[in-house]
Amino acid sequence: MIPELGQFTLIIALGLSVLLSIYPLWGAHIGHSGMMNSAKTLAVTQFLFVGLSFACLTYAFIVNDFTVAYVASHSNSELPLQYRISAVWGSHEGSLLLWVLILAGWTAAVALLSKQLPLESVARVLAVMGMLGVGFYLFIVITSNPFERTLPYFPVDGRDLNPLLQDIGLILHPPMLYMGYVGFSVAFAFAIASLMAGQLDSAWARWSRPWTMAAWIFLTIGIALGSWWAYYELGWGGWWFWDPVENASFMPWLAGTALIHSLAVTEKRGVFKSWTVLLALSAFSLSLLGTFLVRSGVLVSVHAFASDPERGLFILAFLILVIGGSLLLFAIKASAVKSNGRYQLFSRETFLLGNNILLIAALIVVLLGTLLPLVHKEIGLGSISIGEPFFNKMFTLLIVPFMLMLGVGPLVRWKKQHADDLLKPLLLSLVISVLLCVAFLSLFAPSITWLAILGVFLGCWVSVSTAQETWLRATHRNAFVVGIRKLSLSHWAMALGHLGFAICVIGITMTQNFSIEKDVRMVPGDSIQFQDYEFQFEGVSPLKGPNFDGHTGVLQVYKGGQYVTELAAEKRFYRVQRNVMTEAAIDAGITRDLYAALGEQLDDGAWALRIYYKPFIRWIWGGALIMSLGGLLAMLDKRYRVRRRPVRKEAIA
Amino acid sequence: MNPRRKKRLTIILSLVIGLGSAVGLTLFALSQNIDLFYTPTELVQGKGKDKRLPEVGDRLRIGGMVVPGTVSRDSQSLRVSFDLVDAGGPIVTVEYDGILPDLFREGQGIVAMGTLKDATTVVASEVLAKHDEEYMPAEVAESLKGMKHFKPEYTDEQLKGQH
Repeated sequence: MIPELGQFTLIIALGLSVLLSIYPLWGAHIGHSGMMNSAKTLAVTQFLFVGLSFACLTYAFIVNDFTVAYVASHSNSELPLQYRISAVWGSHEGSLLLWVLILAGWTAAVALLSKQLPLESVARVLAVMGMLGVGFYLFIVITSNPFERTLPYFPVDGRDLNPLLQDIGLILHPPMLYMGYVGFSVAFAFAIASLMAGQLDSAWARWSRPWTMAAWIFLTIGIALGSWWAYYELGWGGWWFWDPVENASFMPWLAGTALIHSLAVTEKRGVFKSWTVLLALSAFSLSLLGTFLVRSGVLVSVHAFASDPERGLFILAFLILVIGGSLLLFAIKASAVKSNGRYQLFSRETFLLGNNILLIAALIVVLLGTLLPLVHKEIGLGSISIGEPFFNKMFTLLIVPFMLMLGVGPLVRWKKQHADDLLKPLLLSLVISVLLCVAFLSLFAPSITWLAILGVFLGCWVSVSTAQETWLRATHRNAFVVGIRKLSLSHWAMALGHLGFAICVIGITMTQNFSIEKDVRMVPGDSIQFQDYEFQFEGVSPLKGPNFDGHTGVLQVYKGGQYVTELAAEKRFYRVQRNVMTEAAIDAGITRDLYAALGEQLDDGAWALRIYYKPFIRWIWGGALIMSLGGLLAMLDKRYRVRRRPVRKEAIA
Repeated sequence: MNPRRKKRLTIILSLVIGLGSAVGLTLFALSQNIDLFYTPTELVQGKGKDKRLPEVGDRLRIGGMVVPGTVSRDSQSLRVSFDLVDAGGPIVTVEYDGILPDLFREGQGIVAMGTLKDATTVVASEVLAKHDEEYMPAEVAESLKGMKHFKPEYTDEQLKGQH
């Protein structure tokens, strides 16, 4: 009964979103305020219904209702409760339901939080989001119904969740990522709505900025979580594999990062207007492309769920409709958009343009590397893969000008800047960052490589010039103590965002250059020594979990004779899925991680073991967190919060 | 040429040069990093219409089924070698130094990435096995079609090497 209720409410939500996509738009066209007002009600009701549907599926998982086919193939009565709940989005059908739930959630949030916007704009924006909703509801209802029954011959127990997904990282990673992907639909809808109305002014940029920022924050956290999960769960100790599916989430992030910067220019200076619109369209289109790549089964990866050509075709058609339709609208309307600001070559506008160009170049590199193997195969030239070195080489090349400009950009004034005025502060920060880089490397680097010098220097350069910019801004008119309090939240947001990025780059540099990875054969009592650490293998003991058995291998770690920690790496055998999984043991630290994973059992009591030393790897995810914290501050800035009359007037004017 | 045109020309020229070198560089980096996929049959008999054979030292990927009974380990280190076969019959030996993936088993499909050592031997830098019962690299699945009737065809050198 409950699953049927879930299906029923899902279909009602589909009906509501059809109404949402037609009614308010028509109302906006003929200027009927009642019809425009219906948008908010429809958006919120739609969210409630799809929420109910999601709750029904969750309930089916919690009570182990194996008459539901989706539950039977992705859960098991022995599976712990938290994983039974996260199993809801553990595979194709449920994760799509989560996707539409989140889309409906963003739609409802726009409906509830946009009191300052003119009614007409709200109606248009919500209608566009309704259209996107219709596409995804139809996709679920037609090709991937999660509520399908196995009756009358239902299984006694389920086939269990893929052990890779039985983990805290996988409970959080997909919802965060989807919040980000789908969140870009708001910026997309704002862009489409203003293209429709022909009103592309800085007010448009102002409204979509906090929404875009919110989506970007979620996406940043989502990607960082995915990377962290891959690091400890896959047992290889890598944090990024340039796997097509990772790339699929990275591309919208690059477009989104470009978008939040160009939105700032459009809002403040009224230039780059059509470029910003194009970025808003592409950020969401790339999210859709990512979904297509992952869900259609054209890619083979951990993330690719059971593939089905019908599904792939549906998403491809939807993708073409959305991208084609929005680009067509852009082509028709964008010529009317005029950027009225003027700026000189040496100005902040130019630096932000540089930021955008380099981010888009990076995006194209990733797009090329991801799609080329697909194209190559489809046109019959045989199967190829693009190696990691390609991406690494290209990103190393792109990041140098990017970070050099990132250090200078915030110091440069809008419109026009005399180069001479900047010479002194820039020289100062250059000297400080060189000193800092030397100090850092001599403290933490076991050896010197060119890439390490470059990466750490760039990280220091960005951090130092960010700090310097904050100092100069604070002491511009006041004493430092007074001035620092007067800095706006959005200024702190920028500083934190850039600092987070610098930290991330330093982390990547140190990890990539100075990691030590050893695969060794050990019998109990053996020990191995590297990087001042001594790892002593104690032996292996049996292990029993709720739905798995296995072995635990124990390593005692000493540094200079002093006991540091014990690493207990597990090898698990999941009984239902008959899968073997490696659970790495990690001793995390600010300047280094010690990482051990148990390999296979060899003859005469020996085991294969992976022992890794990973310097500064935490900085990668820490940097991402700081970046998203910066995004949060930007959203909390006063100008988005205050709902005073003047804001309203200004918005209309 | 007036100064304004001159300025424009400089900007356009530098844009063209910048773009050109970026595209060139990208394509060069790309061409260095494309790994072709072979099945054991293709590796031995040649791939595609023109029967292209990889050169010794080429980077490539190879996918096939691990021939049961051929996995042999060094007793002192993690060095391991095993034979791969596909529906065609020829055998290719893979040598690897490291930990095999959890789901590596005899009689199952795997993909190895590495360089060609001699006509029928690949030194792998990475070995991938399928992730679960449903997941199998599409390339391997394709090459294993009609797998039931295979008869391993060892070359003379391979036979000599084993005995």
